[in-house]
Amino acid sequence: MMNSQNGNGEPADIPKTGPEMSEIVLIGVNHKTAPVELREKLAFSGEETQNALKLYQKTPYINEVMILSTCNRVEVLMVTDNRSHAIEAILSFIAGTKAIPQAQLKKCTYIHSGTRSIQHVFRVASSLDSMMIGEPQILGQLKKAFKTAVNQKSTGLILNRLMHKAFSVAKRVRSETGIGGHAVSISYAAVELARKIFDTLDGKTILLVGAGEMAELAVEHLIHNTSSGNLLVANRTLSVGVELANRYNGNAIRLEEIPEKLKTVDIIISSTGSPNYIITKAHVKPTMRLRKNRPLFFIDIAVPRDIDPAINRISDAYVYDIDDLQGVITENIETRNAESIKAERIVDESVIKFTDWHERLDVIPTIIALKNKLNGIAKMELSKTLQTLKHLSSNDQMAFERMTASLIKKILHDPTLFLKNPGSHRNKSVYLDFTCKLFNLDKERDETIR
Amino acid sequence: MNSILFIIILLYLLSSAGYIIFLFAQKKIYHKLSYSIMMAGFGVHTVLIGVEFFQIGYFPAQNLHQTLLFAGWSLAGVFLVLKYRYRLNILGVYAAPLTTAIMIAAFCVPAVAVAPTPLFKSLWLILHIIIIFIAEGSLSLACGTGILYLIQEHAIKTKSNRFFLKRLPSLEFLDRTGYAFIVTGFTMLTIGLITGFIYAQIVWGRFWSWDNKEIWSVITWLIYAALLHGRLVAGWRGRRAAIMAIIGFAALLFTFFGVNFLLEGHHDEFTKW
Repeated sequence: MMNSQNGNGEPADIPKTGPEMSEIVLIGVNHKTAPVELREKLAFSGEETQNALKLYQKTPYINEVMILSTCNRVEVLMVTDNRSHAIEAILSFIAGTKAIPQAQLKKCTYIHSGTRSIQHVFRVASSLDSMMIGEPQILGQLKKAFKTAVNQKSTGLILNRLMHKAFSVAKRVRSETGIGGHAVSISYAAVELARKIFDTLDGKTILLVGAGEMAELAVEHLIHNTSSGNLLVANRTLSVGVELANRYNGNAIRLEEIPEKLKTVDIIISSTGSPNYIITKAHVKPTMRLRKNRPLFFIDIAVPRDIDPAINRISDAYVYDIDDLQGVITENIETRNAESIKAERIVDESVIKFTDWHERLDVIPTIIALKNKLNGIAKMELSKTLQTLKHLSSNDQMAFERMTASLIKKILHDPTLFLKNPGSHRNKSVYLDFTCKLFNLDKERDETIR
Repeated sequence: MNSILFIIILLYLLSSAGYIIFLFAQKKIYHKLSYSIMMAGFGVHTVLIGVEFFQIGYFPAQNLHQTLLFAGWSLAGVFLVLKYRYRLNILGVYAAPLTTAIMIAAFCVPAVAVAPTPLFKSLWLILHIIIIFIAEGSLSLACGTGILYLIQEHAIKTKSNRFFLKRLPSLEFLDRTGYAFIVTGFTMLTIGLITGFIYAQIVWGRFWSWDNKEIWSVITWLIYAALLHGRLVAGWRGRRAAIMAIIGFAALLFTFFGVNFLLEGHHDEFTKW
């Protein structure tokens, strides 16, 4: 029932709701609704986020707020008593500071509230809403955004709980489904395979043959995983190689030096435009003995190929070309998609649980539940007492009943007024949550809601 | 006795099933559970052997039934320790069913009463048996690790079998762990053979008597010695080391069983049934 999430929730024209309800509202743009040019403009730096949070805290009707800004999304999550005002304030602030016409901004903006907003947050945290489903960075980004907001003291009871739940949902999704399990890009697939050959990539030496863009892309992730590794760059034009090598603290070598270097390197990534094989079986075979058969992993992303596929037949040497890597990726994407169905179920379960808790924080049902609880107690005690006082007339009995009823009414008078309006600077949710706990109202509340 | 043996087999069987489920489902809980069950089985197993030792008064490895019982015990024990040390969880898929098979074999072989002689009471003999069996346990795990290495290597080379590629650890890790098992096993084997020679000197008055068992033991020892030498000097690692570990274990099995069944020698009575 909740799977139709693709960013464009409701249009940005906002219906009015009463000032009594505090609700969770999420406003945002992501990679599905806005082109990269717009997302670039909208992105909040760390400092901008802090300033915006400070400003929003002072904005009336916004009780709690946090901002998530990544390269694929900018989202403002808040708890508000008056959504139309709050949304208007936030949109005009963003349009103002980022110099984007409001109309253009509204077109790409999605607004979710209530259950939909909770679901959206959980899906984002679990990386189900990401451009690459299952990519792991988003959770860290969300944690950082939350931390910034907590440091600013701009979150409260509801967002704190929502975020903690989001983190635990994400953790569950990660551990119970295979959604983030397998590599879905060439460079990730290369690292995944390298990890199946080498126990650790730390301290391994990587040789890059050809200094093109493809090579750099592939090597970047690999380098990222080798904290103390070496990089060698072999390129036909040495100066280009030197430039790339410098960027990663590596060394440049000449193409002619490759056979010599095969003795010491562990991973070779090749992407030259050469029509012939750069490295042949004759190069590798004799070096294996010199290497004492330490494994050698060739990643050939060039078309036509640079690495002689016959090398794969040499013991302890492994060759993967672009098609092999693509095969790995295709299979992994299929696994991820299959796993995302499981993940959606986990998210939906958690949304229901959280919505349940959040609804408990409404004023009216809480008061009714409190009243029901007291009425129940009174009724029971009254019937016990009246049983021992059989001599009373029915009029006397009714007088007792009237007395208890008005007792309850009087007792509840002040708490009711307070819960309805705890004062403009106080967070109503905190008191509602506290009341529920103090009187143990969860069971009564469930009955009231149904 | 038989009902206790039955319980032990049941526990090992459960542990094996758990490890096989772990291979497919890849959830931590299964290997943790299997490990605990195996540990429980090993505990009961230890008690069984201890009680037998106490009852008959000499080390219970005098007939095939007892020998198998002790072989299963040492394999399980060595696995429990080495798996804890090296964290090679998936090896349970090899070790647990193998232990179970040995125990089922022990269950099927009737216990033949052996006339106790004072010879059995020597401390050197007990040391010899225990150390040799620990060596055999770790060398059989080295063989298992070698098999896993070959499976994983094949998966990476052929690019076709993603099932094992995803489930088995890296080649380097398997190679290193297998090497550690062989070093452990080889050290124990060496000490075990020395204690055996000392025992022979005490009992028969000579260290070496050109017995088939002795000759094959030394052949096995030489295979492992060659493997370790080749690794240190010529870099025999990876595929070649894995194959050698399997060949070495085959030689070991022949020394253990084959010599007794096919050839004649002075260890005959220990495999009587």
